[in-house]
Amino acid sequence: MSETTTAPTTNGHAPAAAGAGRAPLRWEYSPAPESTGHVRLRERYGHFIGGEFVEPADGAYAPTVNPATEEPLAEVAQAGKADVARAVAAARAAQAGWAALPGLERGKYVFRIARLIQERARELAIVETLDGGKPIKESRDLDIPLAAAHFFYYAGWADKLSYALPGPGAITPRGVVGQVVPWNFPLLMAAWKLAPALATGNTAVLKPADTTPLTALLLAEILQEADLPPGVVNILPGDGRAGAALVRAEGIDKVAFTGSTAVGREIQAALAGKDIGLTLELGGKSANIVFEDAALDQAVEGIVQGIFFNQGHVCCAGSRLLVQESVAEQVVDRLWARMQTLRVGDPLDKNTDVGAINSAAQLARIGELVGAGVEEGAGLRQVACALPEKGFWFAPALFTEASPAHRISREEIFGPVLAITTFRTHAEAVEKANNSNYGLAAGIWTDKGSKAFEVAAQLQAGVVWQNTYNHFDPTAAFGGFKESGFGREGGAAGLRPYVRQEA
Amino acid sequence: MRVAVAKTYKLYVGGAFVRSESGRHDVVEGTNVPRGSRKDVRDAVKAARKAQAGWARKTAYNRGQVLYRAAEALEARAGELAAPADVGAAVDLLVHYAGWTDKLHAVLGTINPVAAPFLSLSTPEPTGVVAVLCGADDALAQVVGALAAPLAAGNAVVVALPERAPLAGLDLGEVLGVSDVPGGVVNLLSGRAAELVPALAAHRDVNAILDATNDPALAVDVDTLASESLKRVIRGDQSPLQRLEALTELRTVWHPIGA
Repeated sequence: MSETTTAPTTNGHAPAAAGAGRAPLRWEYSPAPESTGHVRLRERYGHFIGGEFVEPADGAYAPTVNPATEEPLAEVAQAGKADVARAVAAARAAQAGWAALPGLERGKYVFRIARLIQERARELAIVETLDGGKPIKESRDLDIPLAAAHFFYYAGWADKLSYALPGPGAITPRGVVGQVVPWNFPLLMAAWKLAPALATGNTAVLKPADTTPLTALLLAEILQEADLPPGVVNILPGDGRAGAALVRAEGIDKVAFTGSTAVGREIQAALAGKDIGLTLELGGKSANIVFEDAALDQAVEGIVQGIFFNQGHVCCAGSRLLVQESVAEQVVDRLWARMQTLRVGDPLDKNTDVGAINSAAQLARIGELVGAGVEEGAGLRQVACALPEKGFWFAPALFTEASPAHRISREEIFGPVLAITTFRTHAEAVEKANNSNYGLAAGIWTDKGSKAFEVAAQLQAGVVWQNTYNHFDPTAAFGGFKESGFGREGGAAGLRPYVRQEA
Repeated sequence: MRVAVAKTYKLYVGGAFVRSESGRHDVVEGTNVPRGSRKDVRDAVKAARKAQAGWARKTAYNRGQVLYRAAEALEARAGELAAPADVGAAVDLLVHYAGWTDKLHAVLGTINPVAAPFLSLSTPEPTGVVAVLCGADDALAQVVGALAAPLAAGNAVVVALPERAPLAGLDLGEVLGVSDVPGGVVNLLSGRAAELVPALAAHRDVNAILDATNDPALAVDVDTLASESLKRVIRGDQSPLQRLEALTELRTVWHPIGA
């Protein structure tokens, strides 16, 4: 972890460089930890294949740990090729029957899943936070409700596919889909993948991330409770090798992957020449653009939300701040003051804003890139707050004078680190924003609607937020331009990758 | 020996179970059923109008969940209803329409590529208060099918229940009354079509009429009365989407694009 700090050191609560001349708020919070009392994790989780938990073929298990304490939470099976083959066979066996169900009946199963997630929301939120390190207020208020909402939304499409996918050709499911999801929104990403696949009549093999398998395994219990026909969804925990085996497995008709651009590239190459559908939701280096006519306090909140939400472990994080020169000093001062009030620590505490970094490996990667930023000459400021002794932590940080050539401006840090640069004109803002291999998202802050839409139209980004950031909804398509991947999740568009339609 | 307690059937207006203000009843399906009056129609329209804006303001997701909750409640109480035979079909209709609330915009709405620097978008908005006229012998599933479409689109409804078979519809009120449908969003009137229909068709605070009576003679009267305040009238065999489209207004918003 980088301890390089050029900023005045404070106790972490008093704004050190508050430029706005306002009296700083000073108060202490008592700990408000969420109780884990009613969470009952098993000691061991096998693979979920054919509607049942089964032992891994080679007996391999690995612990999943709480990144806030480094304590193991459970032992989880690690999928190998034999497990993948078994799961794909189970999905294949279930597919015809699942696809033959009338859409309304298929939808009813998916509605059940949504309802059961809502019923077990508290438990799922706690486990998500234990396993991944994200603040409980985020897992409770965003991850779990949105996961339920995605199932609810796509359940309603199951008997309306011809409205979503107009055209004369018959609509048929792809078949068996292999889905690999990341560790930053474990259950939510599983929902994004499974809900449209199920609604359209596919069966699935899902691989959760190796550091965050638990909510997917709780979802497996929910699928049992929902009486989902065996084999319709199979869940195989494991690491990158399991994912690599899954996307290359015989009998997979479509692959959906959310993760790094490097792995996405490998998958596309591995599937070369095969008639296998592919959607990729990859990395980003999204620009959050603040114009001088923006409501600056709101913009500062949006910047904070954009980069510190979920410790910055967000593919669409607003990790590059482009701020108009005339207000740059003001914005940075207010932002730095606001950052002092972020509460970093116990993810289970209901007041926590920034939780634990998901893994030691991710912490090392953040540290490496931040080191490169300092070396390349950008100005680092890192909040000097107290951090827990155990676990993986990185205090919120920003870089001023981040040049477009710096690695911190080009590479995805995937942590609570903001790279700030300035611009003078719209054209310069657009050029800088688009100066990236990525094209996932962008933010625009201005009080002038016509300008917001003008700039939005020029941005090479799959999602553009105007005077807000990091909003997600099942009805709104999400996905990237350029090397941020292809295909969309959410909305009617999210159904298309999961069907074939006659020409 | 235990003496059974007989059920008093009541109208469902503004979220409350009320007798007809007229104090009249008819014997239908072997039991006493309130005979709704023109005043009951006016009360019901007033309740619907009061409730409609709040219903429309809920997120589409929330409205979908409320309709789904109504489906759950109806399925759970299937055995208590006067006509359990077609409860399954009625539940399935509610589930179907629950799925429409947050998809209407994707299917009916448009972004208009106008030949000028403007963002122009057209979105379906609820029409307002919809009068639903049921056929005299309609079964529960038909009643539910007729009222679920306007509800899914964000309207409030006043339903003239099947004149010769109102019990299932009145029972439905008791299900909706304990689900999450806000009071006044659904209002159910039993009575004689000859009294209720003209009053609804002529009421100036009704925006649209879903005429499921399949009665050509009545259609002339309904259309004539509706013309006074230019109500939309929807009738005939229609797909759910056709009904939803007919019960919404398309609103086009223009916004400039430019520095």
